[in-house]
Amino acid sequence: MSKMTVPEIELLDGGHVACQGCGAALSMRLFLKGAGPDTALVIPACCWAVIASSMPNTCLRVPTVLSAFEAAAAVASGLKAGLRRKGAGDVTVAAFAGDGGTADIGIQALSGAAERSEDIIYVCYDNEAYMNTGIQRSGATPPGTWTTTTPRGLDKKTPKKDMPAIMVAHRIPYVATLNPSFAEDFVAKVKKAVSIHGGTRYLHILADCPTGWKHDPSQMVEVGRLATWSRAWPLYEVENGKYRITWEPSKVVPVTDYMKVQGRFSGLTPENIDGIQKSVDERWLKLKALASAT
Amino acid sequence: MTRELLSGNQAVGEAVRLARVEVIAAYPITPQTTIVEHLAEAIAKGRMDCDYITVESEHSAMAACIGASLGGARTFTATSSHGLALMHEMLHWASGQRTPIVMANVNRALGPPWNIWVDHSDSMAQRDTGWIQIYAETNQEVLDTVIQAYKVAEDKRVMLPAMVMEDAFVLSHTYMPVDMPEQSVIDKFLPPYTPMQKVHPETMELYGSFSPPDGPYMELRRDMENAMNASLPVFKEVEADYAKLTGRPALGLMEEYRTDGADVVMVAMGSMAATARDSVDELRKEGKKVGLVRLRVFRPFPHDYVRSIGERFDTVGILNRAYSFGSGGPVSTEMCSSLLTLPDPPKVASFIAGLGGRDLRPADVSKLYGKLIDGKFNQEEWIGLKEGVV
Repeated sequence: MSKMTVPEIELLDGGHVACQGCGAALSMRLFLKGAGPDTALVIPACCWAVIASSMPNTCLRVPTVLSAFEAAAAVASGLKAGLRRKGAGDVTVAAFAGDGGTADIGIQALSGAAERSEDIIYVCYDNEAYMNTGIQRSGATPPGTWTTTTPRGLDKKTPKKDMPAIMVAHRIPYVATLNPSFAEDFVAKVKKAVSIHGGTRYLHILADCPTGWKHDPSQMVEVGRLATWSRAWPLYEVENGKYRITWEPSKVVPVTDYMKVQGRFSGLTPENIDGIQKSVDERWLKLKALASAT
Repeated sequence: MTRELLSGNQAVGEAVRLARVEVIAAYPITPQTTIVEHLAEAIAKGRMDCDYITVESEHSAMAACIGASLGGARTFTATSSHGLALMHEMLHWASGQRTPIVMANVNRALGPPWNIWVDHSDSMAQRDTGWIQIYAETNQEVLDTVIQAYKVAEDKRVMLPAMVMEDAFVLSHTYMPVDMPEQSVIDKFLPPYTPMQKVHPETMELYGSFSPPDGPYMELRRDMENAMNASLPVFKEVEADYAKLTGRPALGLMEEYRTDGADVVMVAMGSMAATARDSVDELRKEGKKVGLVRLRVFRPFPHDYVRSIGERFDTVGILNRAYSFGSGGPVSTEMCSSLLTLPDPPKVASFIAGLGGRDLRPADVSKLYGKLIDGKFNQEEWIGLKEGVV
């Protein structure tokens, strides 16, 4: 795939207030490149509620509705209905929420919208903790991750909630995992999600947060690559129940390469990392099996 | 105009149909459910052209209404009690984003213990959310008020959401004759909604972003209060307009019943006013100079009108079907905040009655009038409490 597949259009202006090296900012930029200008966004409480800048300014060149933390999928459902009633049904309505707003507080509204087969795209940019409030653990935080509510001695022991699998279980037409370090794959999935109508499309982005992940902002794209090269964040899509791995690393790196560059994993012992490697390998095999079985 | 026998909930449904609502978000809760059932049936039978979003909670019902309203559609939802409590957060978003949503709330008690009967605690707890609140006494008023509420809420001087209250079962499930205006009359009264907001790629506007302390937050709050104040004269205009087109009487912000020459008046809201009417009729037969003031609009609170009540009557009793723990009956505290600005405020008795659907009969209200006439009452009295229960 050629890099020319990423559209030149820029719908994210300068003047946003994201931290340096913000994966959520790059994700929005790429998302809008794929979605195009005929898009309306719904953003619940999350980093992006701030990144878009303060009233009356915005760095987004698409209309945007901000709303409450748990409400993104429901507001998007209503917005789509309202626009349809007013003859603007061709506008792509996309919710753009963090992992807390998706896997935790917003999962009810999301599940409801998906079950109703709302004609919306739901994007989760997952930085694996509540970053906007200052790095607290969420249901999407991997085990052993340092956060301010899982300090050493109060470690998170439970696995990361598998949101893509939960959304696949809703039998929606399209579910995909994305990584902004893989821009072509990212934009192709956004375009596919936009092109599918008549159901909820779910995009789950691993969005680096150098502030919370504890690494230098300049390493953002590289950390993202390591996430997928190590299969800690495999890139796949599920179209009408059919799994497909969309990008396979030619040379797999151990998961420790991904983890050792991030301060948030610094408390893990070699035994912990062995355990994580084992679960990453198991999940990859399961994914391969699903891809060949469906 | 035709006359039909309708429950309060059917009256809401018919009003929503006549108002040509375009998007409904529906979630069931007793005793509201028959409203959304009625509307589903109307859409299914082709009596109504409307998007119907069967959301998974009341929180999402309000969220979906906000989205639909910002998308430009006339929207409706209905709820009650715990459903309204769950919506609380989104009620602030609805008013803050200036979406003129109209909602019917069937007044019901909040648990625990579970109780599905009439009580005003649910909507009283939402009085600070920036919603217009109107309380109905009859099913006719329910129908008329829901239609009128759209015109008030959507007025460009207002642009605030409105809640229309009807009492659980006493109105919601009780059948009364209702005069149904013709669709052509309502179409003339209520033209299609033209939103001020535009969420469309043409505009690239952003709604609801953050405001630091020196940003427009405080000014926007003041603007909401200005809109609330503006809604009072708008409400009067809308009622007059509706009266002219339908022949229905304009009831006003507060409605007085047999207050001419009255020494004491009782203030009541919702269906308790109907009970008090019967008491007034009985007592007037006995030559007692008693009257009734029915408070219809609770938000915005008609302070000027309340003061005029205080100027004209020496003793005012207030029936509260809700309680603010640690404070008092919410209608009483609101009224006292107006009355205490008078140089010579009236004597006020605060009655707490009918909580959780506890029956309040005309004879009970007559006894309260007796207390007012005799001038023998405590500042606050709980009516009909049973001894030794708790």
